[in-house]
Amino acid sequence: MQKKVACSFPDEVLEHVFSFIQSDKDRNAVSMVCKSWYEIERWCRRKIFIGNCYAVSPRMVIRRFPKVRSIELKGKPHFADFNLVPDGWGGYVLPWIAEMAGAYPWLEEIRLKRMVVTDECLELIAKSFKNFKVLVLFSCEGFSTDGLAAIAASCMNLRELDLRDSDVDDLGGHWLSHFPETYTSLVSLNSSCLGSDEVSLSALERLVGRCTNLRTLRLNRAVPLDKIANILGRAPQLVDFGTGTYGADLQSDVFSSLAGAFSSCKELRSLSGFWDVVPAYLPAIYPVCSRLTSLNLSYVTIQSPDLVKLLRHCPSLQRLLVLDYIEDSGLEALSSSCKELQELRVFPSDPFGEEPNVSLTEQGLVSVCLACPKLQSVLYFCRRMSNVALVTIAQNCPNLTRFRLCIIEPRTADFLTLEPLDVGFGAIVEHCKDLRRLSLSGLLTDRVFEYIGRYAKKLEMLSVAFAGESDLGLHHVLSGCESLRKLEIRDCPFGDKALLANAAKLETMRSLWMSSCAVSFGACKLLGQKMPRLNVEVIDESGPPDSRPDSCPVDKLYIYRSVAGPRFDMPPFVWTMEEDSALQLNTIGNPIGSEWEHNMKGIQGLRAQMPFVLYLAELSNTSQW
Amino acid sequence: MSPPLLGVEEGQGSVSSPADDCIPQNGLGIKEWNYLGLSDFSSVDSSGVTSSSEDSKNNLNLKATELRLGLPGSQSPERKTELCLLNSVKLDEKALFPLLPSKDGICLPLQKSVVTGNKRGFSDTMDGFSEMKGTMYTEKNWMFHGAGMDSQSQQASVKKDGPANAIKEQPCATNGTNLNRTSVSDNSRSAPGAKAQVVGWPPVRSFRTKTLATSSKNNDEVDGKPGPAAVFVKVSMDGAPYLRKVDLGMYSTYRELSSALEKMFSCFTLGQCGAHATHGKEMLSESKLKDLLHGSEYVLTYEDKDGDWMLVGDVPWEMFIETCKRLKIMKSTDAIGLAPRAMDKSKKDCQT
Repeated sequence: MQKKVACSFPDEVLEHVFSFIQSDKDRNAVSMVCKSWYEIERWCRRKIFIGNCYAVSPRMVIRRFPKVRSIELKGKPHFADFNLVPDGWGGYVLPWIAEMAGAYPWLEEIRLKRMVVTDECLELIAKSFKNFKVLVLFSCEGFSTDGLAAIAASCMNLRELDLRDSDVDDLGGHWLSHFPETYTSLVSLNSSCLGSDEVSLSALERLVGRCTNLRTLRLNRAVPLDKIANILGRAPQLVDFGTGTYGADLQSDVFSSLAGAFSSCKELRSLSGFWDVVPAYLPAIYPVCSRLTSLNLSYVTIQSPDLVKLLRHCPSLQRLLVLDYIEDSGLEALSSSCKELQELRVFPSDPFGEEPNVSLTEQGLVSVCLACPKLQSVLYFCRRMSNVALVTIAQNCPNLTRFRLCIIEPRTADFLTLEPLDVGFGAIVEHCKDLRRLSLSGLLTDRVFEYIGRYAKKLEMLSVAFAGESDLGLHHVLSGCESLRKLEIRDCPFGDKALLANAAKLETMRSLWMSSCAVSFGACKLLGQKMPRLNVEVIDESGPPDSRPDSCPVDKLYIYRSVAGPRFDMPPFVWTMEEDSALQLNTIGNPIGSEWEHNMKGIQGLRAQMPFVLYLAELSNTSQW
Repeated sequence: MSPPLLGVEEGQGSVSSPADDCIPQNGLGIKEWNYLGLSDFSSVDSSGVTSSSEDSKNNLNLKATELRLGLPGSQSPERKTELCLLNSVKLDEKALFPLLPSKDGICLPLQKSVVTGNKRGFSDTMDGFSEMKGTMYTEKNWMFHGAGMDSQSQQASVKKDGPANAIKEQPCATNGTNLNRTSVSDNSRSAPGAKAQVVGWPPVRSFRTKTLATSSKNNDEVDGKPGPAAVFVKVSMDGAPYLRKVDLGMYSTYRELSSALEKMFSCFTLGQCGAHATHGKEMLSESKLKDLLHGSEYVLTYEDKDGDWMLVGDVPWEMFIETCKRLKIMKSTDAIGLAPRAMDKSKKDCQT
């Protein structure tokens, strides 16, 4: 019966229906209905997202999805942003480009995050994909403006070139002149990360002038303030603009032409850039402020009163990035001016200073949370916090989806009670039922992880640093957080037990990062051996970990699920725990009857007697909490 | 009790002698190692035992500067003069570049943090760990009451040994593997004001701190404190497949920089002399590395703001940090002709 129903739809009809299904999750679900749907779906999938470039091989992707037009790849672990991943770790995109050059000649979009891109890659892209439209290199590295010149010269249909936060070898601004005079399709250009002092202003102005569809333009610091008016004059249709340097000696004619240029940009909704701000020039943007929904002032080193003056003009603001110069008083003012606020990021102006240099405390965040009902996403650096404040935030902002708090000094206790901040973060996860991303800081015991495991059912990404007391903490998270995809941990006393007991959980996650914790090399080997679908990689720059006893903790550990097996591009300081290595506990050097050795043998023994997870359940049942 | 990790005996000029690791130096029973595998050079470190071994290590380090900082082909006698030159240059620095009071105040903790390896997190963790292990044992004993496991009695019997084991096992962790290590506990006892800097903490991207550093220099509105000292430059090495990056702000002398670079690139040079041989016990043999580099095969050079390649070591450290755009470890044969032109250049600039 069912077979007849399936056959009554020609493939083309099903394909047409599937074309309305865009989300990956839905597409995956569709592909699992039956074999014929799997086949139809795979031939018409146009967009692929691969959250970990090592989870699958290019060939596997191409084999299953032969007609892809858009691909997004992510490479290095998130902690690479903070220099915890040594250079040369990996994340090379060249193998992908090389394979796709042959298989996807009609590829239009490539979006990469934290990957190593070389000029060779860019040249290959320029030459292989005739209809190439979108290149987004988010936090990438390894290429220079020569590679960009190749893209500019060859990609006639390029719409979007976004280099945000990438580390580019900027050899000067001449790459812009490689866009031919006939090229007019640019819609979005973000070159704000380019660091050279040189930029080809005339090429930039001509490019902006002839690309009438330009909506996003983010300039780099080399573009001086007095050129902004000219550029804006050629692109009054801009929606998103990033200035270059926004400082110069105050000249009234420069100011008035700047103000005039801004006021003619009726579509402008987002501003950023503002390097080296001279406050006297800020009022030039007042004409557009009332319509602004997004404002990035995170490089603006001016004091709170000037910031507040500006923000009072922006009642429609939904997204604000700002330095802690804004202080509690400024955030209070913000909370009364900007009721539409959805996202707030407050960055530290002096992250490595010992003493606070500004008057920014937990009060600022509390005042925003009390007054801005739509707040969903918070990134906040401060130097003190209290449980009371966190509970207040939790109760007043139940719609938070992203909450990242960084108390600058590790293990800082509640400044009022000197207790750990377990209760405060517990309130966050309990009240904010849609919380997807959480970063912890401050003094935290295992208790906070118990709360997280119990309440944070939608949590997808958790970042932990200098927290916890025992394996129980990790166990709570791994056993309780059902939606967990990414877990990154540094400097926590989590060891083997919780990891091994929850090994199966790791296959349901994208990745786990643990550095400066207490996971032994032997446990890594065991994990690598028992879990063939996990790649267990030990990063250790001081030499092969098997030259030390197995009980020694590894420096850094990165575990991720993969159907591609161990990767082949590892540098000398990364070791993969292969599944076929005969597991021999290296006990040489361990004191006889060491606790570690006992545990390892116990784990192996227990697996015969009783599932280890039950053993740990005993632990938590009889826990003192 | 832990086996020697680097296969090098003390006195051979190794920077991080493993034998020292296992000797309890202070009350904690562990010897703290910093990021560079050096022991705490802090002048305010009160531990008498450590300071004497520091001195010997200082002397060893003077001899053990693998990466040549002078002209290629110069022999060890000249080496001493190079280093003397460095020292005297350092002295002159203070005269040539008088430090602002605030900068002084900041330099000191920075220097301190550099010297002690500026990662405080791990030692705290390990301290906490050994404490926690203590509490864990009590927990477990209590829990095993109910569980009635066979291992209970065994656990009870190892309990006493546990903490000691934990501490003894720590040396393997502390010895060079873990970057987040510093004697902050020593610091806090001896110099409560000085703060050690932890890698990657607070979690602010380096381009942001770099941008802020230059911003605050340019902008008079903000207090005249110089920005945080993150100065990342790329380091390439002839023959190495990929670049590394170093934060020059982490170091305050050429010597520190060169030993850090040695460590970073040792895996490449070892690769050249046969990586398969190093599998097992021989990894990172310092003496092997020394042999390779001591044969004056490599020189350290840098590209300055004008795009010229110069030999590292000719200018005062502060000037070097400001002008260095990238570093390159070149074969000394390629570096012929890179005379120290820094002084000439500055003379030329003065003339024009």
